[in-house]
Amino acid sequence: MHAEFSVTANVLYREFDMADTQAKTLYDKLWDSHIVRQQDDGTALLYIDRHLVHEVTSPQAFEGLALAGRKPWRTASMLAVADHNVPTTSREAGIVDPISRQQVDTLDQNCEQHGITEFRMNDARQGIVHVIGPEQGATLPGMTVVCGDSHTSTHGAFGALAFGIGTSEVEHVMATQCLLQKKSKNLLIRVDGVASEGTTAKDLVLAIIGRIGTAGGNGCTIEFGGDAIRALSMEGRMSVCNMSIEAGARAGLVAVDQTTIDYVKGRPFAPNASQWDKAVEYWQTLHSDEGARFDQVIEMDAASIAPQVTWGTSPEMVVSVDGKIPDPSSADTASRQEGMQRALEYMDLEPATPVTDIKLDRVFIGSCTNSRIEDLRAAAALVSNRRVAETVKQAMVVPGSGLVKRQAEDEGLDQVFKNAGFEWREPGCSMCLAMNADRLEPGERCASTSNRNFEGRQGQGGRTHLVSPAMAAAAAIAGHFVDIRELEARLS
Amino acid sequence: MKSFTVLDGLVAPMDRSNVDTDAIIPKQFLKSIKRSGFGANLFDSWRFTDPGEPGIPVSDRQPNPEFVLNQPRYQGAEILIARENFGCGSSREHAVWALDDYGFRSVIASSFADIFFNNSFKSGLLPIVLPVETINRLFEECLAADGYRLTINLSDQQVVLPNGDSVAFEVDSFRKHCLLEGLDDIGLTLGHADAIRQYEKQRMQQQPWLFN
Ligand code: SF4
Repeated sequence: MHAEFSVTANVLYREFDMADTQAKTLYDKLWDSHIVRQQDDGTALLYIDRHLVHEVTSPQAFEGLALAGRKPWRTASMLAVADHNVPTTSREAGIVDPISRQQVDTLDQNCEQHGITEFRMNDARQGIVHVIGPEQGATLPGMTVVCGDSHTSTHGAFGALAFGIGTSEVEHVMATQCLLQKKSKNLLIRVDGVASEGTTAKDLVLAIIGRIGTAGGNGCTIEFGGDAIRALSMEGRMSVCNMSIEAGARAGLVAVDQTTIDYVKGRPFAPNASQWDKAVEYWQTLHSDEGARFDQVIEMDAASIAPQVTWGTSPEMVVSVDGKIPDPSSADTASRQEGMQRALEYMDLEPATPVTDIKLDRVFIGSCTNSRIEDLRAAAALVSNRRVAETVKQAMVVPGSGLVKRQAEDEGLDQVFKNAGFEWREPGCSMCLAMNADRLEPGERCASTSNRNFEGRQGQGGRTHLVSPAMAAAAAIAGHFVDIRELEARLS
Repeated sequence: MKSFTVLDGLVAPMDRSNVDTDAIIPKQFLKSIKRSGFGANLFDSWRFTDPGEPGIPVSDRQPNPEFVLNQPRYQGAEILIARENFGCGSSREHAVWALDDYGFRSVIASSFADIFFNNSFKSGLLPIVLPVETINRLFEECLAADGYRLTINLSDQQVVLPNGDSVAFEVDSFRKHCLLEGLDDIGLTLGHADAIRQYEKQRMQQQPWLFN
């Protein structure tokens, strides 16, 4: 699979390689190259190259730092942005909710005080932290990337070791540029074959979670491999790695290849011209070696994966769009059966209902899983020259960043959406977690391109079905879920 | 950090799998820039029947009598038992702060989500993984007997049941040491500042683009 790189000598780590001739996984390589020191019990002090910061999980860390009289170790490693609380409607009036405003102001003040680069709310580069990192080239292959946010796993799409941390760890990284970590297990998920038209990266990862469960990756770093993953764009790989955390793993990885390198080239924080060749030479070693040992390998066939729709209150509760709502009596354990029963009650669904009979109140296209330009293009393609169904109260598109928004506008996608009756918003997390004004009312049902369908996630009592951008767009038009494979066949 | 040595505490049973951090502390309470005060909204949407917003005192809320922590027999519980994958979802450490602020000192489950597990140690909340059969037994005994208590001894790594049976649990030695002593791990790491600086210098030479 990686034959094209095997002739490239690893100049940077030659000494290291000679001392250690064992075949390594990509995770092993990233781990080994970041160890500052190792304790007897296996706990490693791991060096952190990039620290992304947002407003919700950082104030207590900055406060802790100040209380202990400490300073950030290397502010140049940090990039900050407010995304969770920001309004996605007009921003001229600032943030109306005083508590949200205080949190965003606190981030602004902390960044100013310490000289940390921050994209403020009205900066065109502002957006969801996991969208802007890659977009700016602040996420690079071979890095360790952390952020006080579980979807930091997104950045693993670049062959970077990226994972979410809690606020105490945010403070630890600020103060020391390091984290105390134990190594996880290596889990390889290979998806081979060719996905059918209409089956996207989102569907692959939902199907993976359906297969291994939300605890399936606990204690593991997942490497996603196989032809179907290789064939994905960087946007698609980010959608897959993004949901590693929903599969129970803190980190997901995709090996570096030409797709990765082409994406990074020319971005603001990317290596400059004089560093470029050396960087690429190193990056080309960032793949699992032939014969490297994984603790577990799971194989799947992309051709057998249909567009997916979650039906319950956990991302593992997922079925194919041409399927039916499952019956709890099919569960293998009593506690699972009870969980399914509870989910069906919360979601107000009956077993054996065809997925395409489910009607929607709202549609949300956005979040760090699916708000990049490619996602918006896919959704727009299905919306073009059609109208959102009368029965759908609201359909909204929230681009992942100001730059994605601008690009989409340059391509005329905003007009496509607006003509169809979608709202076209400012970038942020928005209805993915409903911390700002965008939320579901109790009992409302939403087709959402985000990553979590937990009870109340999009608003108290709200019901979330996770789908791909194309599936969400098609559902907005029809007013209920549709199998976009049939739709596409009908259109063409 | 608070230290943890021996805890003899009342047990409350949370008979669910995949208890996520959104359920432990819903997002509207994450707007606080403080570390304390989250206990009032622990499990907010399960615990109360009216919608919760920041700033409303618990005394003005409508408790859900069905919810386990609202039952008189579990008042003052310090140990929570739960099923698999406890603490999944968002990385919010607010979930740990809420459990701690409410009065819990330990959560016992058959498995935990990784980030929650890590975060717990930082606030002196001890997460304990026990086999499914043991968890089943704890649930049975806890539901059968009012005032069900367990003793957790961190230095021996044992959970002692009311009849004297004890069950061993794993905890890695560094974390155990920090918890027993109540150590601040930032201070410990800064003790290796020279090693960090040296590593950084080497990295700067090998991959200068990381320091642009
Ligand atoms: S978009 Fe949603 S999942 Fe992503 S960082 Fe924002 S709140 Fe978290």
